[in-house]
Amino acid sequence: MSLLVENVSFSYGKRSVLHNVSFGVEKGEFLSVLGPNGVGKSTLFRCILGALAQYSGAIFVDGQEIRSLSHRERARRIAYIPQTHRPTFGYTVLDTALMGTTRQLSPFQQPKRAQIDAAHEALSRVGVAHLAERNFSHLSGGEQQLVLIARAIAQQSDILIMDEPTSALDYGNQLRVLQQVRGLSREGYTVLLSTHNPQHALTFADRVLALQDGAVAAHGKAEEVLTPALMSGLYRIDVTFADTPGGSVIVPLMGGEG
Amino acid sequence: MRTREGRRAIRVMALLTAVLLGLFLLSFRLGRYDVPPGEVVRILLSRLVPISQTWTDKMAAAVLNVRLPRILLACMVGGCLATAGTAYQSVFRNPMAAPDILGASSGACFGAALAILLGFSRSSVTASAFVFSLASVVLVYLIAQRARGSQVMNILLSGVMIGSLFSACTSYVKLVADPTNQLPEITYWLMGSLSGARLRDVAFGIVPMLIGLVPLYALRWRINLLTLGEEEARTMGVNTKRLRLVVILCATVLTATGVAISGMIGWVGLVIPHLSRKLVGNDCRYLLPVSTVFGAIFLLLVDNVSRNLLAVEIPIGILTAFVGAPFFLYLMTRKEHVL
Repeated sequence: MSLLVENVSFSYGKRSVLHNVSFGVEKGEFLSVLGPNGVGKSTLFRCILGALAQYSGAIFVDGQEIRSLSHRERARRIAYIPQTHRPTFGYTVLDTALMGTTRQLSPFQQPKRAQIDAAHEALSRVGVAHLAERNFSHLSGGEQQLVLIARAIAQQSDILIMDEPTSALDYGNQLRVLQQVRGLSREGYTVLLSTHNPQHALTFADRVLALQDGAVAAHGKAEEVLTPALMSGLYRIDVTFADTPGGSVIVPLMGGEG
Repeated sequence: MRTREGRRAIRVMALLTAVLLGLFLLSFRLGRYDVPPGEVVRILLSRLVPISQTWTDKMAAAVLNVRLPRILLACMVGGCLATAGTAYQSVFRNPMAAPDILGASSGACFGAALAILLGFSRSSVTASAFVFSLASVVLVYLIAQRARGSQVMNILLSGVMIGSLFSACTSYVKLVADPTNQLPEITYWLMGSLSGARLRDVAFGIVPMLIGLVPLYALRWRINLLTLGEEEARTMGVNTKRLRLVVILCATVLTATGVAISGMIGWVGLVIPHLSRKLVGNDCRYLLPVSTVFGAIFLLLVDNVSRNLLAVEIPIGILTAFVGAPFFLYLMTRKEHVL
């Protein structure tokens, strides 16, 4: 088990957000987290990333509670890919990827040849090596997302956490980014990715974790868990599943005038 | 292996260093008492290696006792303030942050004014300015620790408050000061000036300057990650809280050093970091050293104008604003986006 979440509850002051959330993620598994807006997906990820420590329950990575790890030890195991990244000061794409290698350095060290090579390698791995000298802020949303994935690769952690990485992207870039992510999970990366599009979960993910009212509504293989009943429970939308030569497709039933 | 950006930055750095060196030597020629260039070099070298004397004692006195301390101080103060500005901007993720953002300058002003009021000697005025400058920022940081919510925002807010508190205290000191001798002295100090610089001031400034600069230079790669924001930087293995504290402390020591020596000199810490960003980009690996050298060039240049333009010396604090503000506005309104 790469990541184990046990009975995690969290509240912001009096407002309770997560109740007794438990699940595990195997090494190399691609887990997609689904749920309506405000259900606690981001809160869950922030607990796992160590940004919120006041949760009850426990989160283990490689058998160690994440709160007992230093920032550096945690960064060795878990990398985070934000949804949007708007830097105050523009850095080049190469420098952006290079920042991922920081955990390998002691505080007073500057990146050396090995780190620069790792950053270049990470950029070519997601197919954006040609952008290395460009300013990150001048890239398109899709390119930026790929560079942030490269930054996480350069960090050389086992687990990638992505909070709605595709929500700001166009149709083509959404699919290209998700394809890259699935490729990474096939190579052994453990991926936790939240999305607003259940079709993405069905097409790309191995397993699905559905959150409703701060609790786990369903957890299991994507094709088994994603059902019309779950969709209507999560989103209050009736759907049907259509089998096509390209795989199963979720079709919303909007019912005409309703 | 260097990136294209890195190679460019190193070329810029070499050029700036050459300019600084040239300006440094040129500055000894400026002044009412003319010393020929060959003699300037010989007088300076005579301190390091034995050279037979070809100059008059008056020349040596002008170069070594009057101009050398002043030139060194201008470089030190400019370098300190510009580096501090760059560091503050990165910590607060705000290109408008300047060294006085946390009340370091207001604290220094109050310290100086109080010491003048109490009739302290010149060195004690400098020391008092330095101590109050540091104290005000420590106070700001401690108060921010007790507040809830975003730490960066708390630090900025309490910085503004402590700053205005010290400004009010300074005004009060001016009110009660003796208007025939103390008040002009306080006012003149607040305008910022390097006149009357002595080698002792250089000796006083060099230690805190190094205490501020060395850690900042050593941490300069990590400072980049602070600009990403707290949570993102932490997921990359950076202890943001500790790093931010160290950077703020070092930048404050630099500011306190600069302000204590020279009084209020605005603009260097805001304009020079901006120009340096234009020259070499935002990577602190190159940006920090470039802003140090650039700040030294700028203040040395302005100080040369300040002591030579008119028969009566113009306080450097006034002149930096005269030069800095229009230049900044020019950059802001230029067609291509530069700020």
